[in-house]
Amino acid sequence: MPTAIEIFKYLPKKNCGECKHPTCLAFAMALANNKAKVEDCPYISEEGKRALAASSAPPIRLVKVGSGRHAFEIGDETELYRHEKKFFHPTRYCVILNDDIADQELEERTLAVNRTKFERVGQIMAADMVAVRHVSGDAQRFARAVSVVAESTDLPLLLMSKDVPALEAAAGQISAKLPLLNAADKDNWALMATLAKRLKCPLVVREDRGLNELADLVAQVKGAGVDDIVLDFGASTLKELMERSTMVRKVSVKRTFRGLGYPVLVLALGPQAMLMATLATMKYGSIVALEELRPEQALPLFVLRQNIYTDPQVPIQVKPDLYPVNNPGEGAPVLFTTNFSLTYFTVLADIEKSKVPVWLQVVDTEGLSVLTAFAAGKLSAEHVQKALEKSGAKSRSKAGTLIIPGMVARLAPKLGEVTGMKVLVGPKESSGLPKFLKGL
Amino acid sequence: MVEVPISKDKWGGKVGAVELGADAASGGTRDQLEVGGQGCMPFLEFEGCALNRPLIAGEVLDDASELHHAVKAQFGDAVKDPALWAKAWIDKGADLICLRLVSTNPEERDATPEEAAATVKKVLEATKAPLIVYGCGQEEKDAKVLEAVSNISARERLLLGQAEEGAYKSTAAAAMANEHAIIAFSNLDINLAKQIVILLTDYGVKKDNIIIDPLMAPLGMGLEYSYSVNERIRLAALAGDTMLQVPMLCDCTEAWKCREATDENPTWGDATVRGTWWEATTAIAALLSGADILILRSPAAMYVVREALDGLRGGN
Ligand code: B12
Ligand code: SF4
Repeated sequence: MPTAIEIFKYLPKKNCGECKHPTCLAFAMALANNKAKVEDCPYISEEGKRALAASSAPPIRLVKVGSGRHAFEIGDETELYRHEKKFFHPTRYCVILNDDIADQELEERTLAVNRTKFERVGQIMAADMVAVRHVSGDAQRFARAVSVVAESTDLPLLLMSKDVPALEAAAGQISAKLPLLNAADKDNWALMATLAKRLKCPLVVREDRGLNELADLVAQVKGAGVDDIVLDFGASTLKELMERSTMVRKVSVKRTFRGLGYPVLVLALGPQAMLMATLATMKYGSIVALEELRPEQALPLFVLRQNIYTDPQVPIQVKPDLYPVNNPGEGAPVLFTTNFSLTYFTVLADIEKSKVPVWLQVVDTEGLSVLTAFAAGKLSAEHVQKALEKSGAKSRSKAGTLIIPGMVARLAPKLGEVTGMKVLVGPKESSGLPKFLKGL
Repeated sequence: MVEVPISKDKWGGKVGAVELGADAASGGTRDQLEVGGQGCMPFLEFEGCALNRPLIAGEVLDDASELHHAVKAQFGDAVKDPALWAKAWIDKGADLICLRLVSTNPEERDATPEEAAATVKKVLEATKAPLIVYGCGQEEKDAKVLEAVSNISARERLLLGQAEEGAYKSTAAAAMANEHAIIAFSNLDINLAKQIVILLTDYGVKKDNIIIDPLMAPLGMGLEYSYSVNERIRLAALAGDTMLQVPMLCDCTEAWKCREATDENPTWGDATVRGTWWEATTAIAALLSGADILILRSPAAMYVVREALDGLRGGN
């Protein structure tokens, strides 16, 4: 948002108060602080409205891709380093399929992308998008391939062809799914822009010669009426990817240069595809498209994305409560752990593996792991006792046994005192729990 | 044509350089490597100089019984002999060796300081690479072990690990006695990283003998904290905080302890490849956030990281 003084320039200066602010200047201040809407002033000119909308737009445009429950948003980032606030819209992973693959295999491979999915610390991590790439040279084949893929997935689509009529035929049949069109380049941009505008689909603008050339092309495409643009600066090496991606982010958020203020697509192709995807995840890639995403490489990549895109101030947490695991009755013992998601889900999985019924008390440690919470003074005998009281654990488990994490064995004597329960020290790593619980 | 207003940071500060290993001219018997010296954020050379390329240290243990089989398989019988193991690492392309004297742990094998020093000697003789040496992590024992190690390798300019708040004097003394460099460990916090450097310099350690280790938490186990702590440390150094103008070491080997890295699971794909990428991904995040030295456990991961490093530096 621009400053109040900048906004003030565009106001009618009637001081009539119809905006519910005593003066135009007061209204300008409210606008600058996001406490009012431009529309609240009935007298502001169209030109003023447009100027204000443009200068208050985020430095990187938010672009929506796809429709339905798997649609996603990219862009709208404000930081160069995540500790300054956080990164908002996680990198999206797209798997590329060629249109010369036979229908049945195309369908199978699309279904395989749908299945590239893991659950971790209570979150689903999955592939986000499927690309169909026009390599057959046959427009009809491309259209057919796109329809096969579209029928096999609800994920948003990336349609890759330089051939505008081919792309038009393919995209036209599924335009309601808001596919991302790829790509406008220096030769075809005018027709591509017309197509994207007509179908109301977002459009990739590709230029690999340099950022000035890219900004030029973006200006032309935008001038032709396309607002939802995604950049492809065509990096072919890791060094280029690092430098171009950083420059684009920097000029956008540090200099508010809007000519490149768009999300970025990285085509991670060739032998270094996984390295490019890894780099792009940390360095500002909005969509990464790869030809292959095997589970043993997808899992570390997805976890990296999860790590980079968590808010550095707020660990992922679960609700502190008493959780029944494996259908416990009154005779089942109580175990406790912390409300840090990573800790909770690790422990939960191990208890489930044991098949032994227990009550799992999650203690509020403000999202810290066992040892971190202990070192920070947020996991003491008193904290545990308070949690047990609050959840009514002792009325739901009558066993009178409390099993504690081995890492905080030194809490045992004090815990026995304040809870009045029989305290058993469990293993240090919860992977030892199945054996431990079965041996009780 | 549109002129993109390229925005370049101009940094006033610069990371100091530290020499590891001593060649004949410096009184030692090995290759000498310089680490650090960065004048810009990682791999943004258009904003300043990046003097030395980051180094990769291969991990060697004097007791391999706990080593993951996927790593063991890459070394064969060499894991039974630290000297052979070190040599294998160098043959595979590591820049230096990180030897952990785990057998000195008093709660386990309790090897004596003399035995440990003899192991160090053997490793020094087996390769010409600079050497990082850690004890077992038990304070009192490490004091004796590192003293013996320091004495037997005088003038070789080892990198001794580790000094931390509340336990730094004996390691610092061992390092200073024979002009070795020292690892200043702190716990995921920029202020603590600075604090340990201040403590060491106050104690008499020269700043060009210090390398900080701000704790590289692995992928899925706190990487989100380390990545930003590292970045903040490096940004502060470039902005002129002299106490943080020291090279950074990131130990990535903990990646092998993450269960998602190595557990067998029918939907998670090949566990060996996954473990390799787990460590490599941790290491690449370390590099992008400011690491000058990496400690790695698996050669396969090193190959991946090496390729990333060469690519990021434009092939040099
Ligand atoms: C990431 C991290 C942080 C993050 C916080 C992460 C979080 N949300 O908790 C940050 C950077 C904030 C942090 C801060 C601190 N940290 Co810290 N941190 C770590 C680190 C690297 C990983 C912790 C982790 O995520 N572990 C994974 C989870 C799953 O482990 P877990 O909760 O312990 O659960 C396991 C077991 O306990 C067991 N288990 C859990 N529940 C149960 C229940 C039962 C019944 C059983 C049987 C078993 C069981 O099974 C689980 C899986 O094995 C560790 C070092 C390490 N490698 O472990 C240090 C570590 C925990 N931190 C430590 C310290 C000292 C601190 C600080 C005090 C230092 C500082 N910088 O000021 C602060 C305190 C926090 C504060 N003041 O707010 C020390 C603790 C020392 C000690 N022995 O007490 C450690 C061990 C590092 C070290 N070697 O010095 N830390
Ligand atoms: S309604 Fe418009 S013209 Fe009237 S005071 Fe508010 S800003 Fe000024």
